[in-house]
Amino acid sequence: MGGDAGNAVFGALRDRDQGTASRAGEEKLSTEHKLKARLRTVTDGAATFVAVLSTILVVTPLVAVFVYLVYRGASSLSWDFFTQVPKPVGVEGGGMANAIVGSAILLGLGSLIGVPMGVAGGIFLAEFGRGTKLANAIRFTADVLNGVPSIVMGIAIYSLIVVPQGHFSAFSGGVALGVMMIPTVCRTTEEMLLMVPNAVREAALALGVPNWRSVLSITVKTASPGIITGCMLAFARVAGETAPLIFTAFGNVGRNIRLDEPIAALPLQIYVYALSPYDEWHRLAWAGALVLIVLIVLAVSLVRFVTSRGVMKGAS
Amino acid sequence: MIAQVPEIRISQAQLQPEAGAPNEQRPAEEHPREISAIRSFLQARGNSAMADRGFHWLMVLCALSIFGIVVLIAIELVVRSKLAWGQFGFDFFYKAYIDTYTKETIYWDPVNGHFSALPFLYGTLVSSFLALLMAVPLAIGVAVFLTEMCPGWLRAPLAFITELLAAIPSVIYGLWAVFVLVPLLREHVNPWLVKLLGWTGFFTDDNPTGLGFLAAGVILAIMILPIISSLTREVMTAVPTSQREAVLALGATRWEMIRMGVLRNARIGIVGAIILGLGRALGETMAVTMVIGNSLDIQRSLLSNGNTMASAIANQFAEASGDLHLSALMELGLALFIVTIIVNAFAQLLVWAVTRGTPSSAH
Repeated sequence: MGGDAGNAVFGALRDRDQGTASRAGEEKLSTEHKLKARLRTVTDGAATFVAVLSTILVVTPLVAVFVYLVYRGASSLSWDFFTQVPKPVGVEGGGMANAIVGSAILLGLGSLIGVPMGVAGGIFLAEFGRGTKLANAIRFTADVLNGVPSIVMGIAIYSLIVVPQGHFSAFSGGVALGVMMIPTVCRTTEEMLLMVPNAVREAALALGVPNWRSVLSITVKTASPGIITGCMLAFARVAGETAPLIFTAFGNVGRNIRLDEPIAALPLQIYVYALSPYDEWHRLAWAGALVLIVLIVLAVSLVRFVTSRGVMKGAS
Repeated sequence: MIAQVPEIRISQAQLQPEAGAPNEQRPAEEHPREISAIRSFLQARGNSAMADRGFHWLMVLCALSIFGIVVLIAIELVVRSKLAWGQFGFDFFYKAYIDTYTKETIYWDPVNGHFSALPFLYGTLVSSFLALLMAVPLAIGVAVFLTEMCPGWLRAPLAFITELLAAIPSVIYGLWAVFVLVPLLREHVNPWLVKLLGWTGFFTDDNPTGLGFLAAGVILAIMILPIISSLTREVMTAVPTSQREAVLALGATRWEMIRMGVLRNARIGIVGAIILGLGRALGETMAVTMVIGNSLDIQRSLLSNGNTMASAIANQFAEASGDLHLSALMELGLALFIVTIIVNAFAQLLVWAVTRGTPSSAH
């Protein structure tokens, strides 16, 4: 393929050289080549311009979303937001304390399921199954599972847990989030473990350490900053998920910390409030969105900070 | 170092085959505390073969659970959608019904038990196509800028910003779209589109809300942009530098170098990235549900209300009337599941074909 590219450029150059070589008074030809050369320069400039323009166009919506979010959210954020439960329509005030607690419970439950399973899957991929067909198949399935729409996950968990139980519950919501975390955690864990040099494993094994101990307290420990990073990324991703919660956690206007009852969640509450016709609820939706995004940006920035300082510092 | 720990009795049989070369000279001691911990552990331990095997199988089990999840989802969806499948068969995906009283075409009528997914299929395709149309050129532009043109100091912040775009939850995009994007389209963009392109029939001004396919397409484009651009970037970085140098050495301008040396070599991976973005657009739910308008008809105009498979499920599932309705929604979910799996698997294969061997960084 590179040959193609080379030939094309070379062809263009050869044409130009022949043009100058056989000058013989053919001024027309030489101006044509000059034009061609200018055209190439102009195309180059235009391409640069288009690339810069599209970057600006991409950055704009982010800045727009962010600025507007902070503007609307900050003006409606108050202490009540964190301490009060929603009030009936028409009553001033009220907050999303129930949703914040609910999100924390759902995410905690999700992490409890998603992190151990994901990390274990990653350990298998990197330590035991390296290069085997089974590992390749699992890696592929994980990537595919990552792309399954969250709404499909939602209705699957609905029919798996909610229907047999007979009612919506925080438990089913947590399971839905946990299942969604597994592929992300699994793949990042694998990638981080692959970065640990083999010498570290060999050193441990050479000392007679059993394999499981070597994996857990040498390899995984060395890669732990990276693995934590992966978990944070998965956490940030499911923190904003709404679709899988509509039919599982369902939402709840009151305070609830029981796992077998419907529970409120921040994204769910934002969704309901955003589509309501009441200004007061819109205000709360913006405040909720700000809280959610601050949470997520903090997680992502932390990840960025850790990775930019060299995940594998201890290992290499 | 080995001489210092004579009390550890290592027998060759206990070592795992992966143990490599135990006779290799180790460099100077780096972690004395870990070694002493290991020593004390070794003295206390018994036979580790069982523990090792148990650990191995535990890890295998957890890894296999990923298969299990996919299979379980598929089984649940198939079982729950059996009723609708038995009733409609393949009619579910293309049939149109005629209402007996109004003589109008009707597709999705829970009251009379007629279910045809045609408007949802149409809406999913149209909104995803619109999104790709807007997102792909921009995403490739960003990727080109970031990998080939960007000054070093700007690269990290810009990459971070595109990453942030990917981290914003769907529902917040929806919120922003409802309060900012839709009014903007309604007041400024739509009238202009109608005036300019109304003659094509794709832009009519019979929808005063500003919701519809166009709004959904724009918000989807914003949402899939980071995925496409970060994968494209990954693929472009995987193109060896020698390719670039070779093309430049032949006298190419920078753009010619990018076009011939980079884009041409990375094209399979870029197509993979685009298809992966398509997969995301097909299944995107919340933001689309909030701005697409949720109608049950098929309309030609891009400014009219529509519906996608995902948004139909999100809207109707909680208040589904009767088993058949629920089952029809489940079948919609099954169709979405199958389509996204095929699309994602295909895209993944394409991306892997290019980046194989180079560790990917962004996930």
